[in-house]
Amino acid sequence: MSSVAVIDYGMGNLHSIAKALQHADSQIDISITNNHQTILDADRIVFPGVGAIGDCIHALQENGLIEIIKTVAGDKPFLGICLGMQALLTDSEESSADADQNCEIKTQGLNLISGHVVHFPEHLKDRDGNTLKVPHMGWNQVHFNAHPLWENISQASRFYFVHSYFTVPDDKSVISATADYPQAFACALARENIFAVQFHPEKSQTAGLQLLCNFLHWDGRV
Amino acid sequence: MGLAKRVIPCLDVDNGRVVKGVKFVDIRDAGDPVEIARRYDREGADELTFLDITATHDNRETIVHVVEQVASEVFIPLTVGGGIRTLDDIRRMLNAGADKVGINSAAVFNPDFVRQAAQRFGSQCIVVAIDAKKVSAPNEANRWEIFTHGGRKGTGIDAVEWAQKMVDYGAGEILLTSMDRDGTREGFDLILTRAISEAVSVPVIASGGVGNLEHLAEGILEGKADAVLAASIFHFAEHSVLEAKQHMASRGIEVRL
Repeated sequence: MSSVAVIDYGMGNLHSIAKALQHADSQIDISITNNHQTILDADRIVFPGVGAIGDCIHALQENGLIEIIKTVAGDKPFLGICLGMQALLTDSEESSADADQNCEIKTQGLNLISGHVVHFPEHLKDRDGNTLKVPHMGWNQVHFNAHPLWENISQASRFYFVHSYFTVPDDKSVISATADYPQAFACALARENIFAVQFHPEKSQTAGLQLLCNFLHWDGRV
Repeated sequence: MGLAKRVIPCLDVDNGRVVKGVKFVDIRDAGDPVEIARRYDREGADELTFLDITATHDNRETIVHVVEQVASEVFIPLTVGGGIRTLDDIRRMLNAGADKVGINSAAVFNPDFVRQAAQRFGSQCIVVAIDAKKVSAPNEANRWEIFTHGGRKGTGIDAVEWAQKMVDYGAGEILLTSMDRDGTREGFDLILTRAISEAVSVPVIASGGVGNLEHLAEGILEGKADAVLAASIFHFAEHSVLEAKQHMASRGIEVRL
């Protein structure tokens, strides 16, 4: 039986992800874990996360998970979700909770994908002049390039998002999908065995479950 | 095309059954929450909101079981409100499978609870529910106040200022209910909805008073809401969620179909 480790570092509701993975493939062995050996032994890795990135990185450090994640992201099929996507970049302009208010410092990420995480600009307007709210919350259309994880998903399918920051990778060729708010932003990144999404596949009904199912059958090759 | 406006059916749950009161009296039984949630999901609901109106503390565990059951088969965002007073209450709901919690009275009695909740669990899962009622006379400038206890107790707090304060404290979304309209089927208080929506940076869900599908469209087009919530028009199968979205689309609103 193939196994997937959902990395648990105290950030967010992992039960939803576990339930969605189980629903996507009932034959899979799922562990919600911070155990280093369990993570190292798993066939696939899901790296979720919600909340503030400073807390996320801090929690990873406290659980001794930084090096473990870097190791497994080197060869196993790896899926980052939401904050678990943003944490893969070099840094985020979302400041750490303990940062000095007068001297905002960037939060350092895992730097597995070179690039930055930035906030949506203030006072966004849609084409009719209506204000666009931040967080970007709800179902948006996703425009993607060919990749095994998009198999059996229709182009421009809607996925559920909730976030105020988004990733800007240095190498644009790692962008696997974009969504518009109102400008196009990267909502999925893909490089070798790493795939990462800004939206929540576990909350994106049929399309989301299909993406999870594709991940559970992905060998990590493009 | 971009972000879709959301349609959110609300399930008022009392002792594990879905009910819907008119102005909080005359409660009618509308069925099994898990079955209803499944139907709404099939019809294309963008999210589901469960409002626990169970009065007795002993029976409050029932909502946890409802959420657990729904979350294991319905893969869209779930919000739970009603009786959320402590960080433990929030943790329990999130563990059961909720994605967001609605904080209402507890925010009024202790605004700092919202700050603590947002710091602990992230703004994305903190919805502050505001029950507002018009207090200005017809010839005065519009003014709405926050009411608690199902609309019976005024607080003297201005609704627009309160919404802004709650966002400053970390609310990721505002669920706005007009107590003048709730249960009346006369439509949202559009002036109130627009006043709040234009005053805050986060998404606003309009609630209270939906009696037909055009009311939903008005909430978006005139109320400037980001999402619309309704209960009774969906519960008794007057309209499906799909019909609601088709109607909104016909009025030029972007929805997920």
